[in-house]
Amino acid sequence: MEGVMNSAIIISILATGIRLATPYLLAALGEMFTQRSGVYNLGVEGIMMMGAFAGFFATLHSGSPLMGIVASLLIGALMGLLMALVSVTFKAEQGISGIGLYMLGWGLSGLLYRLYVGGITSIDGLKTIKIPLLSDIPFLGPIIFDQNVLVYTALVLVPLSGFILFKTSWGLNVRAVGNKPEAADTLGVSVERIRYQCLILGGMLAGLAGAFLTIGQANMYADNITAGRGFIAIALVYFGRWSPWGILLGSLLFSMADSFQSMVQVLGINFPYELAVILPYVVTIIALAISFGRVWAPAALGKPFQRGTRG
Amino acid sequence: MVEKIQNLEMSGITKRFPGVLSNNNVNIHIVAGEVLAILGENGAGKTTLMNILYGLYQPEAGTISVNGKSVRINSPSEAIQLGIGMVHQHFMLVPTLTVCENVILGLSKTFLVDLKTATKRIKEIMDRYGLAINPEAYVWQLSVGEQQRVEIVKALYRGANLLILDEPTAVLTPQEAKELILLLKNMSAQGNSIILISHKLHEVMAVSDRVTVLRDGEVCADVNTQDTSQEALAKLMVGRDMAPCKRDGKFSPGKPVLELQDVFAKGDMGTNALAGVSLSIREGEILGIAGVSGNGQKELAEVIAGLRKVSKGKLVLNGKESTKMSPAKIIEQGLGYIPEDRLHVGTIPSFSIWENLILKDHNKPPFAKRSLLQNRVIMSHGLSLVEKYGIKTPNLETPTGRLSGGNIQRVILAREITRSPVALVAAYPTRGVDIGATEYLHSKLLEARSNGIGVLLISEDLEELTSICDRIAVLYEGQIMKVMPVEETDERILGLLMAGIVEEASI
Repeated sequence: MEGVMNSAIIISILATGIRLATPYLLAALGEMFTQRSGVYNLGVEGIMMMGAFAGFFATLHSGSPLMGIVASLLIGALMGLLMALVSVTFKAEQGISGIGLYMLGWGLSGLLYRLYVGGITSIDGLKTIKIPLLSDIPFLGPIIFDQNVLVYTALVLVPLSGFILFKTSWGLNVRAVGNKPEAADTLGVSVERIRYQCLILGGMLAGLAGAFLTIGQANMYADNITAGRGFIAIALVYFGRWSPWGILLGSLLFSMADSFQSMVQVLGINFPYELAVILPYVVTIIALAISFGRVWAPAALGKPFQRGTRG
Repeated sequence: MVEKIQNLEMSGITKRFPGVLSNNNVNIHIVAGEVLAILGENGAGKTTLMNILYGLYQPEAGTISVNGKSVRINSPSEAIQLGIGMVHQHFMLVPTLTVCENVILGLSKTFLVDLKTATKRIKEIMDRYGLAINPEAYVWQLSVGEQQRVEIVKALYRGANLLILDEPTAVLTPQEAKELILLLKNMSAQGNSIILISHKLHEVMAVSDRVTVLRDGEVCADVNTQDTSQEALAKLMVGRDMAPCKRDGKFSPGKPVLELQDVFAKGDMGTNALAGVSLSIREGEILGIAGVSGNGQKELAEVIAGLRKVSKGKLVLNGKESTKMSPAKIIEQGLGYIPEDRLHVGTIPSFSIWENLILKDHNKPPFAKRSLLQNRVIMSHGLSLVEKYGIKTPNLETPTGRLSGGNIQRVILAREITRSPVALVAAYPTRGVDIGATEYLHSKLLEARSNGIGVLLISEDLEELTSICDRIAVLYEGQIMKVMPVEETDERILGLLMAGIVEEASI
């Protein structure tokens, strides 16, 4: 199998890598906002499962993947709201409430599927949209500009999140609330409101990430379709040091390794199959081990805010 | 623009907390351009009074009036609208944001943050009062003194013309404190009113126009600063005559109990925080370490206590080399330690007083027998120490973190001294502690000295050092500039050495 790594295959690996990065990117960017405001939401995986089901179900019944997207955003917002209620208003321990949300999402999505769908059903998912002109760029064109709308959304969200976080008044409030809520509070910034907003936004993006799996990739629903991607997204937030570009880098690193391993299997390249499968995880663990450090974390991460605890 | 505060009056203010009458019928008044000092010991009700003025608490009785009109202040934002600004003792700044972002936080209502206009306005304010800070710097990069200036700018940016400063110099070096006093004078000269909460007499004398003294929640005096003196104020504040501690002339040091020989150690940033320190502390003497903090004091104390690794050199404690001993071993060898961070290193804040009092001996008889704590012994031990050291607490079960700074210091002191150490390291023991407690701590250190304990006292307060130390060493950039008997020192020489200037100091 000499010469198997020709440019068509490389393009295919890279294009698949970009596509596979989408759920990580969406979920991790949402989680970045959540954590920047001082709350970590471990329930991302559960929200993704609900988003995956809602997207699938709405598409199945309406015939339009667009309705699937709307449904996943709605269910994600609701799940985020629930997390906010528990962790911000009732000040529950965030790790525990996140795990609770995860289990709720897992159980509920599976239950709803069995109740209302049952057998294996496939849907007409999102179509790829070739962007005129840009998709004609040699090499880059077919990799980046021949994807579906959620891939484009995820990629556009990277610079957009950075802009929102660092250039807008709302972003300033988010950063302040996540680092020193008592300071923000004395200056009239409502800590609770900002955290609610961030949790809902994070939930919507996680829901969208879930929908991508059903309507943007598999065109069907299966139990545990997220396969731990929500947890990896949380790890990627740490890896990316709470910055959109860092998260992009981490998502790509992981998804490219994933894409490479699947291609290795498909093409039957002489490379132990078991090793190939663990490759993405090994890459992530090594990258995390090298880059880890709480120095960059929002200082108030994980701490419920209580006015007047001091003095 | 807010209407300028020409005069402000708080009258008949009463505020009760469970078990305490924090303010009882308190009256204060201030006019534009005046610096009013509110003096009082910890727990006298100063901070409560100011929190009422700033809208953080509501009084049970009493009124506040601004320019003759009665006002209700329900929240800090209402106080800000009236032109009242407050600089808290614990800064309310976000370290990861820039100076400019901190200043405009909460004010920026446009979609995009307009840093350019804000920076311009900040520069105008800084020019007007001679404040120098880089608006683009991140707050975590700034020194404590600079952060305080950011807080002041923050208040001025919001249009404050009456500024409340709560113990502003407690966290500052002497140099920074001097700069702050100049700044406050400049601000009052430009028509702003300033309320300064303090228990430092010389500061109050230096900067204020008028002093209102609070004691046990009541106003016990309201005098013009020029008509009073430090001694008179001290007496008013404490309610009795003060006898500042002085060491007696008898000085007969014994054998060395703690020696450092050419000790090197790294600081948190990996640089040499101690660069060849040699010192010897003898039985029955107090050796003072003078210097601006950040010159290796923290590392010096930690190295001796075994909490920081020595990279080169040797330590000898009570005749045995302790360079590589574990902290537990060092404690056993007879070292007492009053750390700089009394709340988190010196005690476990959430533990009760009785628990903190036996922390170093809880696993030994008489407090423990066969791994079981002996409650009766421990409690009677705790009670006797609370009484002997005058620790003000509702009971022994009270979490230590709820006590005032002076009382926490008494808990640590009680624990360390009753263990009868051979050497005692005290790092900034009186920082942020009121005069009554300071006087007490000094008397206890002197008592330790006459009991033959070798004391190493790290302090920034030159007055403190020269009044109770036998010898003073000046630490500068990790090195001992000079060790002198206290009789040969004066403030000028020490000040020069603290700035690293040797030649002139020896003339």
